[in-house]
Amino acid sequence: MIFLSSPHQHSGNSIQLTMLSVIIALLPASMVSVYLFGWLAALLITFCISACLLTEYICLKVMQQNMKRLWDGSAALTGLLLALVLPASVPWWMALFACVFAILITKQLYGGLGHNLFNPALAARVVLLISFPLHMTVWIIPMPAEGVLDLYNFSLCFTFFFFGPEAIQQTWDAITMASPLGYVKTELSRGVPVHEALNTYQYSTLNAFIGREAGSLGETSALALLIGGIWLIARRTISWHIPLSYLCTVALLALVFNAINPDLYAPPLFHLLAGGLMLCAFFMATDPVSSPSSSIGKIVFGVGCGVLTWVIRTYGNYPEGAMFAVILMNCAVPLIDYYFRPRVYGKTRKKG
Amino acid sequence: MFDIFEQLKQTFTGESGHGFSGGIHPLQNKRTASQNIITCPLPPLLIHPMKQHIGEACQPLVKIGDHVLRGQKIAKSQGYLSVPIHASTSGKVIKIEDHAIPHPSGLGMPSIFIVPDGLDAADESIHPMPNYRSVDAVELRERIRYAGLAGLGGAVFPTFIKLVQDKQHPIDVVVLNGIECEPWLTNDHQLMLEKSHEIISGMDIIMHMVEAKQGIIAIEDNKPDAALVMQNTLTEMGLDQQIRLQVLPTKYPQGGEKQLIQSLTGKQVPAGRLPIHIGVLSQNVGTSKAIYDAVCLGEPITERVITVSGDALAKPNNMRVRLGTPMRFLLHQCGLESLDDIRLIHGGPMMGELMRSADIPVVKGSNGVLAMWDKSVKQAHHEEEPCIRCGDCGEVCPAGLMPNLLANHCKQEQFDKAEDYNLFDCIECGACSYVCPSHIPLVHYFRFGKGQVAQIRREKTFADESRARSDSRELRIAKENAAKEEKRRVAREKKEARAAEAAKKAAAEAAATESETTSSAEKEEGQP
Ligand code: SF4
Ligand code: SF4
Repeated sequence: MIFLSSPHQHSGNSIQLTMLSVIIALLPASMVSVYLFGWLAALLITFCISACLLTEYICLKVMQQNMKRLWDGSAALTGLLLALVLPASVPWWMALFACVFAILITKQLYGGLGHNLFNPALAARVVLLISFPLHMTVWIIPMPAEGVLDLYNFSLCFTFFFFGPEAIQQTWDAITMASPLGYVKTELSRGVPVHEALNTYQYSTLNAFIGREAGSLGETSALALLIGGIWLIARRTISWHIPLSYLCTVALLALVFNAINPDLYAPPLFHLLAGGLMLCAFFMATDPVSSPSSSIGKIVFGVGCGVLTWVIRTYGNYPEGAMFAVILMNCAVPLIDYYFRPRVYGKTRKKG
Repeated sequence: MFDIFEQLKQTFTGESGHGFSGGIHPLQNKRTASQNIITCPLPPLLIHPMKQHIGEACQPLVKIGDHVLRGQKIAKSQGYLSVPIHASTSGKVIKIEDHAIPHPSGLGMPSIFIVPDGLDAADESIHPMPNYRSVDAVELRERIRYAGLAGLGGAVFPTFIKLVQDKQHPIDVVVLNGIECEPWLTNDHQLMLEKSHEIISGMDIIMHMVEAKQGIIAIEDNKPDAALVMQNTLTEMGLDQQIRLQVLPTKYPQGGEKQLIQSLTGKQVPAGRLPIHIGVLSQNVGTSKAIYDAVCLGEPITERVITVSGDALAKPNNMRVRLGTPMRFLLHQCGLESLDDIRLIHGGPMMGELMRSADIPVVKGSNGVLAMWDKSVKQAHHEEEPCIRCGDCGEVCPAGLMPNLLANHCKQEQFDKAEDYNLFDCIECGACSYVCPSHIPLVHYFRFGKGQVAQIRREKTFADESRARSDSRELRIAKENAAKEEKRRVAREKKEARAAEAAKKAAAEAAATESETTSSAEKEEGQP
């Protein structure tokens, strides 16, 4: 530094601080996941974070980058996020594959932090879903629901994680169940109306809100995610534009179609609380790198995610659409950035 | 917690209900707030650079060995966009040579060095005009130009240029800028506390000159005492009908002219136009006080108030300083003994420049000098990391730009794209760099980009001009050729005409002999 340009004062914000706040915001959801899935959750979270850090370390080493980058928190955050969107039943090798894919392919091969087109955790999750659809759509029965598997037993969980269900004399069918989204989808395809399907599933809005549901580790509790997300917005780590426009769009679409035909279309609250929507809206879609940078672009992005989520959930083959929606919208970010610029002082808004 | 509707409106329209768009709240660090202005003693040497304003440099009027008086004009302005320079005390001119000035380029500037004689004898040649209301605006304007006034807020735009009555653009509102949004600086604040009469009189002079009906004094809510004093003075002077005081929520960079106008009137100055085009004229409080001095007391600008502060300074102060005082002397007065591990900033931390030398003199635009520990400056200039596209920079940009994309284009030297992204609408306020989590020196890239574009433009104009020159040369040659051609044609025609005549004659003669041999005439007609 010789004679640098002004300003000579800085807010003190840093990448590390940003990543750390997101990690802290994910703590409530992580805690709920440990409560629901016991040691399986704890193991998976630790495993994913370590695997991501290790992959990042090797990448940085090979590319002869500054080793300080390892501790900027982005790799650890990817690991945590990835663990939270995986089902508790994934075996270690699948988790490892996801971690390597996230860090190596989605992030480093694109040029490292700041250059990735997709959110690494989300991309890895989507790749797993496409490669192992069976594994990725069954869910361990969560703990308070009197599961057959004692998830608070460390050695049992350890064996299960590393050697599969056969090692603990279990079958997949016995310990897993469908998620509300998946269940409703299958029932609908058999011609059962939505509310009946929800009845037979013994769906309760309250359970879905606090998270006593089948699902990925950290996706189940809308409450925990809301706490973290709102905290992030309050301290301005993320802006409200994406989550709000995203959730509102899904709710609005669900409301309109549910009003038109309640037998075919699920109600808005069900949509909002189900699946990975909350996590995607607050933590995936808001990933700074892969979302638009202008406020107006963010709103467009959020609305796009909302429409796609609802469409995929309603008409697609997969029960859950949030991840696909965000990934698809990530592709549109350069375009959004180009067409939706903020209004320049003293000028009328210019498009393109 | 957050007013979403307000923000939504801002997102879609770029306008907010109150205040300008974007902005930040940096740490204030106004250590010298409410500290009385003290007068700095005369230094052993005064240095007057020949350019202390935006525009053309001045030309020295004195020679080495000349004796000068305080307030004596020692350099005359050149061109329209320029104001003269005056000696700030009496003394002897000892040399005229290049000296460092506070400018990012680090280049020197011819400067007049004066050794004070200690008498501080004043040049009495300009007369005070206390009854300015009866004086013609043109004369006042000339007085203000002569007094060497340039915006003392830091922009140093020659003051007299703005003070003009334009029939097409009458001025509705005169805005007095007492915002002082830069952290650390308190000179305007203190000036308002101590010289409210003078400041408001100066504003009255401006309003008289441009025949404005309405005036607004803008102060941020971090200076409630100044607001109170100004309000009381307004009432006292009986001007509270025409001039109102407006207290604005503190936000950087509210002191920017365009931002302040948006905050006060809700209107934006259209791109490429000036505030005068929407009927607004703004002046800084310090300038207003200087206008009063120049008009009512007949004193050209020879001193100013400057905040001497910084985290490395034991005794920070607001000081009244003669222009030309070396910063080193000033800092010494504030208890700074050694310059080890210290970086000096000329101006505030957000828009000021790092100084290359402590011998840089106080100039008209010096609103502050900060002595900061090297480590605290280093903290701000942390190593650059990759952009994570968080968009924070765009959120705080008062000009509504997308600094991350802009900086990228500048870095990759894609200047046409940078211009497309409105590079030249950046006011270099530094809000974007301030919030960037990746510590990207965005403003640095913008300055680089602007410099390069200016260079390219200059080269292009040069190329165009020489092309025009060579074009005209070609044209001239073509014309000459055409003229020659014309001459030749005329000559040829004449010749042909003569030949034709001769032929006719011959034909006539031949006709005369037609009766002799018809066949020969036919032959002749057959070959015209
Ligand atoms: S604030 Fe910095 S990191 Fe964020 S988008 Fe702007 S330049 Fe990139
Ligand atoms: S320095 Fe320029 S780009 Fe950055 S915030 Fe200020 S006006 Fe915007």
